[in-house]
Amino acid sequence: MGEKYFIQGNIACAEAAVIAGCRFFAAYPITPASEIGERLSELLPAVGGKFIQMEDEIASINAVIGASWAGAKAMTATSGPGFSLMQEGIGYAFMTETPCVIVVVQRVGPATGQASKGAQGNFYQSRWGTHGDYSAIVLAPNSVQEMFDLTIKAFNYAEEYRTPVILLADELTAHIFEPLEVPEKIEIKERKVAVDYSEPFFDSKDPLKAPPMPRLGIGLNVLVTGSTHNEWGYRATSDPMIHRKLVTRLYYKIEGNAKKICEYELDINDGSKIGIISYGCSSRSAYGAIEILSEHGLKISHLRLKTLWPFPDWAVKELSSKVDTIIVPELSLGQLVREVERASYDKTKIISLTKVGGGELIRPQEIVEIVRRL
Amino acid sequence: MIKIRICGFGGQGILLAGEILGAAAMIEGKYSSEIGSYGAEARGTTTLSDVIISDKKIGFPVIDECDILIAMSQQAFNANIKFVKEDGIIIVDEDLVKTPENLKQKVFKIRATKIAEEKFVRVVANMIILGYLAEKTKIVSIDSLKKAIKSRITRMIEANLAAIDEGAKLASEKEI
Repeated sequence: MGEKYFIQGNIACAEAAVIAGCRFFAAYPITPASEIGERLSELLPAVGGKFIQMEDEIASINAVIGASWAGAKAMTATSGPGFSLMQEGIGYAFMTETPCVIVVVQRVGPATGQASKGAQGNFYQSRWGTHGDYSAIVLAPNSVQEMFDLTIKAFNYAEEYRTPVILLADELTAHIFEPLEVPEKIEIKERKVAVDYSEPFFDSKDPLKAPPMPRLGIGLNVLVTGSTHNEWGYRATSDPMIHRKLVTRLYYKIEGNAKKICEYELDINDGSKIGIISYGCSSRSAYGAIEILSEHGLKISHLRLKTLWPFPDWAVKELSSKVDTIIVPELSLGQLVREVERASYDKTKIISLTKVGGGELIRPQEIVEIVRRL
Repeated sequence: MIKIRICGFGGQGILLAGEILGAAAMIEGKYSSEIGSYGAEARGTTTLSDVIISDKKIGFPVIDECDILIAMSQQAFNANIKFVKEDGIIIVDEDLVKTPENLKQKVFKIRATKIAEEKFVRVVANMIILGYLAEKTKIVSIDSLKKAIKSRITRMIEANLAAIDEGAKLASEKEI
């Protein structure tokens, strides 16, 4: 058993980042993500890292990309409004295969919405926020423990697959205080760094693996461009084959590893005809509802997603094969439910429990009511 | 499972009290959670700290009703009295909160802020209340509260620890 701390989700994220090897953080403060930067402004200088409060989120993501190319594990943290501003830079990071972690603590939108209130309206934005074809890794913690664990994972995936990784939290998981147990042994993945020209910087023989990444400033000639480029980074914007090869590889290095990347809790109760699929703060509502229903002798199966993207179709199918009805509670007007409808078998009835919370979470009782009416 | 709402105004250490209580429960091997809410202002607006202590893992951590209400301001008391269970417990700072006569709940009144001012320093009134709560209800031990304080507070540790003892003393005196 490791050390136990009673701390806030955002602080757990900051502590985990440093343990994962983060040595550069650039962000613009925004509720409900601000505590991450506040804590890192203390932690990073102490370990020789850099904390920079930038003038806005556009500058923040670009600073993070630059730091990553200079060799640092880098992170930023924001909420919906800042995430929207970052999309151009995030697209550039996907295209240039720049490892970095983007923490998004979801709050009520659209636009600046309600600053300190939680929501789940960024489910699709986290996957398709920037234009063009690519694939993204998006992790969704639902507790302080997972704010820690999944931040470590986010860095590991970023380095292993040489890609931006989004940690999609929400106000509840960011601000709640809960016990955190720091594992005694934490696996940390390091970047495969290119030290010569023996392997291309932007192509890989094994499509499931990322190419080695050169570090700027050590003498290797490397071009880094958001435009279509060949295996050495040279712009090649009129060659369909080069573009096809590049984008297909970017997509497949994530999607081809989906089974390795995807994590979820699948709790199938034998004899249960009703299932719930949830993530983040709404999974806590689901836990509450399942508790109430089990006190009344009603068993519910539950799929709780820790990885949102790549989307684990097979897990949804497994639940769908076992139950007649799946309820999808989410703090939005219905995003996750579309993926569930797509991935589940036709015979399963899907019930969408949406809520424009305006700052209120889904109450367990709201899920219980739906079950009672079935 | 015990649900506790601590409320007052910004500056009284409401959030810190909730964190200390939650941490003390964790130290005892229990599950606990704390959710705070406060106004945008640094001081003066109503502040809430909702703590859950449980033997089981906590599913939904938001409080709709509470077993124990601690109120350190009239405004906060008035706004939150409706959330206390009928068989619940209410603890108020009696110089700051006037309670109605006909309450069904058990009401404990304590002059936390005044005693803190006289014996220590005003800002440890929250710890006097925590000591009182722990001694009265045994939801956490005095020892765990002190361990929690030592693990989280860097300034005025002695005053905070003494305030816990003071609260506990007041609670045991009132028993007699």
